Amino acid sequence: MNEIILIKNGEIALKGLNRGNFEDMLIKNCKRRLRRVGSFKFSKAQSTIYVTPAQEDIDLDEAMDCLSTVYGIAALCRSAVCEKDMQVICTTAAEYLADQLSAVKTFKVETKRSDKRFPLPSPQISAEVGGYLLSKFHNLKVDVHNPDLIVTVEVRDFGAYVHAGQTPGAGGIPVGSGGRAALLISGGIDSPVAGCMMAKRGLEVIGIHFASPPYTSDRALYKVEQLVQKMTRWCGRIYMYVVPFTKIQEEIRDKVPEDYFTLVMRRFMMRISEKIALRENCGALITGESLGQVASQTMQALGCTDIVTTLPVLRPVIGMDKEEIVAFSRKIDTFEISIQPYEDCCTVFTPAHPKTKPKVADLEEIEKALDMEGLIREAVEGAEGKVFHQN
Amino acid sequence: MEEIYLDNSATTPTDPEVAQLALKMMCENYGNPSSLHRKGFDAQLAVDKAREQVAAVLSADPRRIVFTANDTEANNLAICGTAQALRRAKGRMVVGAAEHASVGRAMDWCESEGWEVIRIAPNPDGTPNIAAFAAAVDERTALVSCMAVNSETGALTDIKALSKAVKAKNPKTLVHCDAVQAFGRIRLNPKAMGIDLLSASGHKINAPKGVGMLYMAQGVRLVPLIHGSSQEGGLHPGTEHVPNIAAFGLAAEKMDRSREKLWKQYTALKEELTEKLEQMDGVYINSPQNAVPYILNLSVPGYRSEILIHYLERLGLYVSSGSACAKGARSHVLTAMGLSDERIDSALRVSMGQYTTRQHLQAFLQGLEQAMQNVAKK
Repeated sequence: MNEIILIKNGEIALKGLNRGNFEDMLIKNCKRRLRRVGSFKFSKAQSTIYVTPAQEDIDLDEAMDCLSTVYGIAALCRSAVCEKDMQVICTTAAEYLADQLSAVKTFKVETKRSDKRFPLPSPQISAEVGGYLLSKFHNLKVDVHNPDLIVTVEVRDFGAYVHAGQTPGAGGIPVGSGGRAALLISGGIDSPVAGCMMAKRGLEVIGIHFASPPYTSDRALYKVEQLVQKMTRWCGRIYMYVVPFTKIQEEIRDKVPEDYFTLVMRRFMMRISEKIALRENCGALITGESLGQVASQTMQALGCTDIVTTLPVLRPVIGMDKEEIVAFSRKIDTFEISIQPYEDCCTVFTPAHPKTKPKVADLEEIEKALDMEGLIREAVEGAEGKVFHQN
Repeated sequence: MEEIYLDNSATTPTDPEVAQLALKMMCENYGNPSSLHRKGFDAQLAVDKAREQVAAVLSADPRRIVFTANDTEANNLAICGTAQALRRAKGRMVVGAAEHASVGRAMDWCESEGWEVIRIAPNPDGTPNIAAFAAAVDERTALVSCMAVNSETGALTDIKALSKAVKAKNPKTLVHCDAVQAFGRIRLNPKAMGIDLLSASGHKINAPKGVGMLYMAQGVRLVPLIHGSSQEGGLHPGTEHVPNIAAFGLAAEKMDRSREKLWKQYTALKEELTEKLEQMDGVYINSPQNAVPYILNLSVPGYRSEILIHYLERLGLYVSSGSACAKGARSHVLTAMGLSDERIDSALRVSMGQYTTRQHLQAFLQGLEQAMQNVAKK
């Protein structure tokens, strides 16, 4: 019996004339994700992508697992393929779902007939298949309201498909379909979440990390690399820049009033990120800021950092509570890495009482003491990139 | 950039001759000591030889040595193994408050099993308070555990005096000594010193990681922690790690041979290092007067240890902030000594090994001075 995976591409189906582009992008992303599982054939029709194994001994469980993290997929379903012939459909259902049918007490059959040339209407197909299964499995009763198992028959252009329901996909729209943006990634819980949330809305993500050795350690950088590696499961390949930030930190400490340390630092980060982002064709910056979480994330503080960049700053977790962010980070499996104890931003540069209601004019005045241009240029030029392939 | 490794209490580089032997055991003498054929017998001979070499360092009978995977396992076998053997009595155990986690946590486990565990705070200089140890021993006390050399400060325990005081209170009380920082570097004779159980590991004396040992005085009964065949008298079942065991044996023998020479070398080096450090403003020595010469703990209040470590690593200098097993956590040893938070947070440990030279320590002094000029204070 032939088994395939059907990909239902929810939101894309609502797109207009460029729907084909979205689907092609989704197929490309799926292909990349499935590369290590084996070789597959892809075809699309009627808002569905058909993934057919192109070699023997492919583990479809593993394929399903890989596809479960591809954004743009509303639902996935593993299904038997057969001829569009009632007798064949009935025997395929009995054979393919034998284990599941034997284990439950009640069931019903649902039919979707998108090939309107097929002679029988949907209710009749359901009735015939249901009758056949009742005759084969004596443990079964029909319950149309609350069945233990729903047997689905889809009669489509290329053939008939029998399965026992679909599993939800990752949702969203295909990564890359919305362009590219640069994520400021620290090593904490929030930024990987922010990155994946924007990937879910179709953005390809590049990473920018600020390292301040010896105030931050190689292990802290390694932790960020592990986070980025984890994110590739959802975001696809990620290119990450590591920006040397020690000199800027030391300059800030020497020349900036203590309560403005963090704000001036954030403004530096924004400016440097913008330069890298524009060079990399990014249309936005992404941060993991959540309103009011820390002193540098008040509305006024965000205003003071936003103003130094012309790019939109996307903050998908801005209205989320810590628990909500943690729940998402558990889902994308970055939480365990994020809570490892290596400090990503050493407390040496953390003010005891940071300004929570800063004024742009004050910051601009303070920054006059620093060689902004020179420091930013040096940092941008010193940034080193590294690619993380999805695994 | 030359690599200057001054973290020999965490681990040591493997002696090339010792590594050669391990490689030979892996590729040539690779038999399983339990096999009946000649290949197995050859491997057994190698294990027996290593057992003799290790026993010789302790002037002990080779039959009293159990090879383990590391010092942690040896400590657990000694403590939890005793607790299991005497589980019906469930009396008291007495332990130093500044012990390594493999002793401290093993004691926590005993406590959870219903044993009474008394933890003895060290003297202000970090040395064990022998009088307090003895005072805590009663007729129900099954075991006393105290390290021979404190891994963070180098404080040296007068184990003989401790054992004498303990046995005076209760001759049946077992004395366990975690000698991981002492084995091969200080003369140890457990029988003469009144030690019933003594643990050590290979990688602190230029053998590879993955091998340790427990000395058990005759008559001591332990229950194994893991269960299997009868290797190591059933106390450490599983196929022997022959390459590591053979390497441990050779390293122990070599270390024992050069022990006195090295002691003199360390003493001279430490004297010079201490003198120079004392001349530097803002540097404090934490190690007590009687500390072993190969470990020196110091503080540079105002700086953070981990930042200094990362600064120094960029100069090719490797030192530690404390016990390497407690990545990033605040030193419980220095805390137990009652040092200020500032002293604890800025502590560095310099630990020497047989390859340490005067030039290495000079480079460290220069690096430290440079760090104090350049690193931001908190």
